[in-house]
Amino acid sequence: MVSSPSPSAAAASALFPAAEVAFDIRALSLWYGSFQALRDITLQIPARQVTALIGPSGCGKSSLLRCLNRLNELVPDVRIRGEVYFEGANIYAPDTDPVEVRRRIGMVFQKPNPFPKSIYDNVAWGPRINGYRGNLDELVERSLRRAALWDEVKDKLRQSGLALSGGQQQRLCIARALALEPDVILMDEPCSALDPIATYRIEGLISELKSQYTIVIVTHNMQQASRVSDYTAFMLAGEERVGELIEFAPTSQFFTKPRDKRSEDYITGRFG
Amino acid sequence: MSPPAASYSAPHLMRRRLRGRLFEWLALASTVVAIVVLALLLLDVLHDGLPRLSWSFLTNYPSRLAARAGIAPALVGSVALIVLTAALALPTGIAAAVWLEEYARRSWLTRVIEVNIANLAGVPSIIYGLLGLGLFVRALNLQRSLLAGALTMALLVLPIIILNTREALRAVPRSQREAAYALGATRSQVVWGVVVPAALPGIFTGIILALSRAIGETAPLIVVGAVAFIAFLPTSPLDPFTVLPIQIFNWVSRPQPAFHANAAAAILVLLVVLLSLNATAIVLRDRARRSLRW
Amino acid sequence: MITLPRPDVAAPQRLRARDLRRPPRRTLRELACELPLLLAALVSIVTTVGIIGVLAAETLAFFRLVPLGQFLTDTQWTPLFLEKHFGIVVLLSGTLLTTAIAMLVALPLGLLSAIYLSEYARPGVRRVLKPVLEILAGIPTVVYGYFALLFVTPLLQALIPGLAVFNALSAGIVMGIMILPLVSSMSEDAMAAVPRALREGAYALGATRFEVATQIVVPAALSGIVAAFILAVSRAIGETMIVAIAAGLSPTLTLNPLVPIETMTAYIVQVSQGDTPQGTLEYRTIFAVGTTLFMLTLALNIVSQWVLDRFREEYQ
Repeated sequence: MVSSPSPSAAAASALFPAAEVAFDIRALSLWYGSFQALRDITLQIPARQVTALIGPSGCGKSSLLRCLNRLNELVPDVRIRGEVYFEGANIYAPDTDPVEVRRRIGMVFQKPNPFPKSIYDNVAWGPRINGYRGNLDELVERSLRRAALWDEVKDKLRQSGLALSGGQQQRLCIARALALEPDVILMDEPCSALDPIATYRIEGLISELKSQYTIVIVTHNMQQASRVSDYTAFMLAGEERVGELIEFAPTSQFFTKPRDKRSEDYITGRFG
Repeated sequence: MSPPAASYSAPHLMRRRLRGRLFEWLALASTVVAIVVLALLLLDVLHDGLPRLSWSFLTNYPSRLAARAGIAPALVGSVALIVLTAALALPTGIAAAVWLEEYARRSWLTRVIEVNIANLAGVPSIIYGLLGLGLFVRALNLQRSLLAGALTMALLVLPIIILNTREALRAVPRSQREAAYALGATRSQVVWGVVVPAALPGIFTGIILALSRAIGETAPLIVVGAVAFIAFLPTSPLDPFTVLPIQIFNWVSRPQPAFHANAAAAILVLLVVLLSLNATAIVLRDRARRSLRW
Repeated sequence: MITLPRPDVAAPQRLRARDLRRPPRRTLRELACELPLLLAALVSIVTTVGIIGVLAAETLAFFRLVPLGQFLTDTQWTPLFLEKHFGIVVLLSGTLLTTAIAMLVALPLGLLSAIYLSEYARPGVRRVLKPVLEILAGIPTVVYGYFALLFVTPLLQALIPGLAVFNALSAGIVMGIMILPLVSSMSEDAMAAVPRALREGAYALGATRFEVATQIVVPAALSGIVAAFILAVSRAIGETMIVAIAAGLSPTLTLNPLVPIETMTAYIVQVSQGDTPQGTLEYRTIFAVGTTLFMLTLALNIVSQWVLDRFREEYQ
């Protein structure tokens, strides 16, 4: 059953031409066992822009994010319906390998989770297991530079990644994701476990990275969304607590002139 | 309105307090009994055995003359048995735990295996001896060999290793696995590249417990056929063998006090071996833990 | 912050569905990785099948020569003599006698020490006492046997005239001390699981520590404590070396703790030490006794687990 695209999605596809779409999500629904988490999400995520997924807690934004790299399949009893086209191919096609999908999409998690290995090995592990045959030292340095961490750790690459501060650990996780040279970076509330200064640095990093990467960021912090993102997707848990897409628009437009009454209520803090 | 003061009498409260104090002393005494007994035991063994300890005691063979008897075959046998048991049980136990924790889907088979392992952990060790006797010594015709003993002990300690390793794997946070999968790792890459290295300290704990148990076991090895009067050192896994606990048992069972002294000295050696085993493993575990630093 | 331009990157190529398919070699490699692990897990099944198989085969052969009725009702156990009797009750009485004595020591002392460690002891004291209990649990049973025969028995003989050199009392007491750490640590775990809020509610009503410990915490942890007790009994029944060394190798149907007896486990050791040829009746007796032992401990372990599962107190 394919429902017609929601009005906001249709408007969105007019916003950017097909060549610049990173993800084309069509009527995506998600169940954890018998509990439905997402209903008929239709959305196009633009390439090399920052798209924020916002909404009150429980609205399914993290679930949607994890659909993009098929990470939700680590949960048993999970069921997906619909399609997600990533650069032209449906990542949910029956013979598609999630491992191949995840190689091409990077992810940064809410709580920094570096491996209990050295800083060098944290960044090098991903390329190594994927069979990287080039110069690992160069790759590690490049990734750490892009994550704005190189200067702080270049003398202690053999030290444990866990010895770094929270903000540094998160940048290490970003470097780890960048090492695989993905086109997309998914971020699940990357700053919620960090202090304001570390948050500020990471937001600056996001602004720099977006010129080369597509970034999708889940955040519960509206101010952060308005600071950092170019496009905003607003989700709500409707009746039966199923997550739905309410509105999708360029960020400036979303926060100044939201089209949907529920978006306006959320922005003005009538519920949270 | 507060209850009338006459309903709560002061002597009653004092009696309650007294009862509480008495109980506290009783409970403390119960705990202290254990320490006292441990101290008595160690002192007794030291008193009886220390005079008998000497280099010749460690290098002599058993003899009908108590003064000339030694524990060389038993000591070598114990060490050889532990090494062989470890070689058999550690890979199998860790592999089984990894499968149960990281690969198996919840199904009737998984449940059966889990319940089975929990039950095996509670089976008396002498039953394992009977298993070894019927299966390894007789059916597989390994006779009363070191290999039969090691196979028996490996089966005995397998549940311990599996249960402890599973706990160690479970303690690795889910976010570690998610981060690894998100980098495009396959399941075996996630398991062997991230999860198992992170679980190493806990796995070491399981190994310590298992091997400590194995070194002190006597009954299953008696049943499997390790006898005390071995006149040579085992040179191959198919040789007959003996172990320290059996030598101790043999000497304790003799009426002459001189052999009792031998038994005490052998006990000291056994305790030292146990202590060193534990200490080494604890050092290794702490080193692994330090490099993880959750 | 300096940004490096991405080196030689063309516009992102369109992916074809084909690129995302799983390479067949990887599937095989993953399966090849999983297979040995599964086989290792199946070894545990082989163990159980082996135990049951070995016990059943020899026990059935035994019962072809000795009727089950005789096994259960005869009041003598003399399989090694010329006139053979096969009454398991004799060995069972030995086992149960030593077990009962051990429980009289281990259960109260274990529970009391668990209460002390859980409700009374300061962290510094706990840090010393708990390792001591763990050491106690780690000492090989043959060492306990030595202690029972050569220290405890002479000591008791001075106190109790008429105490035989081999007797159930010394063995039982030492076995109790050996099992004490098991009871203590399992009970303590059960009590630690009782939420602090329950204790605080009682303290707020003016209860003394004794009352909170005995009337609130212990009842709240009862399922774990009962399970610990049942496991302790199972452990005592299966214990071999202490009784083999100190309780005697004379099968006697009695409840007198001062005389030599023989437990099921000691009998198995006794026969194994001799050279009993395979296929003889004597050889088969150890398996018949072993089966009895196995069924007894298995039943107790299952009941213990059932108590834990069925009556486990659920705290939010």
